[in-house]
Amino acid sequence: MSAFLGAFILIINMSIFYLVAFLSIVFSLLVIFSKNPVHSVLYLIITFFTFTVHYILLNAQFLAIVNFIVYMGAIMVLFLFVIMLLNLNRDTEPMHSLVIKIIGIIAGGCLALTLIGALKATLSYKVPVVVTKSDLGLVKNLGKVLFNEFLLPFELSSVLLLSAMVGAILLAKKESNAIN
Amino acid sequence: MDSFVTNLQVVPLNHYILLSVIVFCIGVIGVLIRRNAIVVFMSIELMLNAVNLLLTAFSVHHGDASGQVFVFFVMALAAAEVAVGLAIIVMIYRNTHSTDIDILNKLKW
Repeated sequence: MSAFLGAFILIINMSIFYLVAFLSIVFSLLVIFSKNPVHSVLYLIITFFTFTVHYILLNAQFLAIVNFIVYMGAIMVLFLFVIMLLNLNRDTEPMHSLVIKIIGIIAGGCLALTLIGALKATLSYKVPVVVTKSDLGLVKNLGKVLFNEFLLPFELSSVLLLSAMVGAILLAKKESNAIN
Repeated sequence: MDSFVTNLQVVPLNHYILLSVIVFCIGVIGVLIRRNAIVVFMSIELMLNAVNLLLTAFSVHHGDASGQVFVFFVMALAAAEVAVGLAIIVMIYRNTHSTDIDILNKLKW
């Protein structure tokens, strides 16, 4: 009975992965092909949500929460605020010519082809991703690694965030005493 | 409960690689074909997210937490990048009244 239940959960989980992967690809295509930038931002939010579901499927719970808060919260609010501030909510956006679009799509497709070809050359990754350590992605475990092995990069990233904040304020500030 | 978590994931690793490659290349195509600077930024975010997913999948596959810590650093870097980049876009808009990246060709030879 429990083996049957396990197999059932397995099949459900696999189909969830393929469904969510399909949704990720569809919505990321919509991000780059929708004309209106506000629609792009909204599709980007849905794409980030599908990535959160991927993290949950991988049992990386801390990253799922951080992705949810940082990407779907903070970064999306930044994008929407800038679009609102610049009043870009219109469809009359200048587009590249069709030739440049086709060349860009071919170039991206060539990159994809190269990477997939390199993947096909390595046949050793047919193995399934099995969660061997169930507490790997939890806050307790990640915090121990972060504050033991990666303490210096962590502190440096805090300095980076502070300088980014100061830089952003300096850049976006209106220059009252502008240079003539 | 423990066996439930252990048997949770059976998707082959190369399907994760394939998904990440596709999303990354969609981001590359977005950078190449769009002229709006904000949409170009969103494409860069897509690329960063594809890399994050791949790092997490390999981290879970190898049972090593370092990969997930790196994803955390990438997220911190992306937040800083978006803050500074959007401030630069606001400044460009104030000078040129547009976010079209084709206007910014003063450094072109």
